[in-house]
Amino acid sequence: MARIPVGRILFLGLVGLIFVFVIAPLVVILWASFFSDRILTFPPTGYTVAWFARAWALQDFASGFITSLELGVCATITSQLIGVPAALAIERYPFPGRETVRQVLLSPMYVPAIVAGAAVYIYFIQVEILTNVQLASTFTGLLIAHTLVALPWCIRLLCVSLETANATSEEAAASLGANKFQTFYLVTLPSIRSGMIASAMFSFIASFSDLEKSLFLVGPGMTTLPIAIVNYLEWNLDPTIAAVASVQIVIIAAALLVSNRYVNLGKAF
Amino acid sequence: MAGVSLHKVRKVYGDATAVEETSLEIVEGELLALLGPSGCGKTTTLRMIAGFVVPTSGSVQIGDRDVTTLPVHKRNVGMVFQGYALFPHLTVAQNIAFGLKLHGWDKAKMQERVDEMLSLARLEAYAGRYPKALSGGQQQRVAIARAIANQPEVLLLDEPLSALDAQLRTQMRAQIRELQRQAGITSVFVTHDQEEAMAIADRIGVMNLGRLEQLGSAQDLYQRPASRFVATFIGKCNLIEGKRTAPGEFVTSDGHRLRVPDTAASQDATVVSFRPENAWLSDAPDGAANAVPVTLKASVYLGPSVEHEVVTAAGSRLTISAPAREDTSHWQPGQALYAQWRVEDGLCLA
Repeated sequence: MARIPVGRILFLGLVGLIFVFVIAPLVVILWASFFSDRILTFPPTGYTVAWFARAWALQDFASGFITSLELGVCATITSQLIGVPAALAIERYPFPGRETVRQVLLSPMYVPAIVAGAAVYIYFIQVEILTNVQLASTFTGLLIAHTLVALPWCIRLLCVSLETANATSEEAAASLGANKFQTFYLVTLPSIRSGMIASAMFSFIASFSDLEKSLFLVGPGMTTLPIAIVNYLEWNLDPTIAAVASVQIVIIAAALLVSNRYVNLGKAF
Repeated sequence: MAGVSLHKVRKVYGDATAVEETSLEIVEGELLALLGPSGCGKTTTLRMIAGFVVPTSGSVQIGDRDVTTLPVHKRNVGMVFQGYALFPHLTVAQNIAFGLKLHGWDKAKMQERVDEMLSLARLEAYAGRYPKALSGGQQQRVAIARAIANQPEVLLLDEPLSALDAQLRTQMRAQIRELQRQAGITSVFVTHDQEEAMAIADRIGVMNLGRLEQLGSAQDLYQRPASRFVATFIGKCNLIEGKRTAPGEFVTSDGHRLRVPDTAASQDATVVSFRPENAWLSDAPDGAANAVPVTLKASVYLGPSVEHEVVTAAGSRLTISAPAREDTSHWQPGQALYAQWRVEDGLCLA
């Protein structure tokens, strides 16, 4: 008679429970976004897609969505522009203070976002007092803050990617006649391409879902989707919010799926 | 094609000297092996020729160009790395074409050259494969084909065989030798394996502690080692400590008198060395040859030969190799015998 693998069943049961715990709220939100009742009730009396239309019709959500999308894309680009050269310097050139630079670039990940958000806000005000250049409640200001959100993800993932890419293949390129730029373009870049895509996706997700760092920096006419959601939730509880959240979930899930195609996310951390 | 000359090059890292002042001429078309234990400076020397390391002082010449400070990509050297360092995102053919593209070869000529390299390396069937789909030996051949495709003036090989298993290593070194001869390209081969160096190189430079100890053919190094290090690093060697007392005379540390060849080099000798195969054991000393009383410790039968481990009164361990056809079974461990060798086979070393 085969032994019943009690340990294994318990383990799989626990893993299953964790999955349910993580995924159930997301499923509920997706489901609730189609409820026809004006006030969230269970079980629903019918289904509709009207909440998605209503969400789009609300100025705050529509413009917040656009702003978040633009911010996400721009912050991804700026963080790559800073992250790739920085990671390259950290991994390939043994300059003094290299570890310090790495830690500084990773630090936005360790500082509580709300504290960092407040700090950035105070800094922007100081800059405005000194130079008369307004940064708070502007797109530029938000972009700077979101670049900070995205940068640690870039540095972490790109450094891992450069570590695994063989540095001697860069020497091989040089011995074959490639100068520094040709080596970078023809050898280094292709070998970290998947790391770049993954870090870009993570940057985008981090920026797109950021709430705390943006909290002090938004202003009239310049707000992000997560903040629009919080503002709406203060006074309302209807499936509109579920519809908005559903859109957000789908976008983030898509980004995760894309990045998983390029790097083994389980291995990157 | 061109030779390479290192003129008084020296490389210092902080307060560690990687390579002491070294001069070295590599003749056009020859394959020179740099041999030595790890940390002896052989790789640093190679990297100075390649241009990855700029010497602290001295100069490097390829042909009649001074390349001491010329960056790697302008030197026209081909290099084969320890882990091959193939480009993983390019196919075998693209790997080989990499240097040709950079040097602006036109398409038709480039294709022709790539095909030529593929057939030289016997890789025609693998042109479209990516490196990770190749065996170690095949990757190795791609690395060599890539390095010589652009007709470099010098081919540099940094322990190219160390990642392969023993059998393949023997095969590959013959192939490397053949490729190098066909291309007639001046080559420097770095290795820590003396057998490999002897099998592949025209000349061997033995390095130790950042110094070039001796430069010569395998035969020179084996028969006429210039130092105690070379004697013991290349093949097995017996050493007996002592002091030269008069021309042609050497007294061991336990007071035994030996005769040695009278050469200038033996002036301040502190050791007499001889090869295991040049010595024999006997029950009673035979007057013409040197004889040192020893005690037999063990005899090991190796097929073609028998190795006798013996120890002198002063405690020096010696190995004496005898052809297996000689019947030595009447000698038992613990027995007192004489280790003998011809005067001219003993070498005085400092």
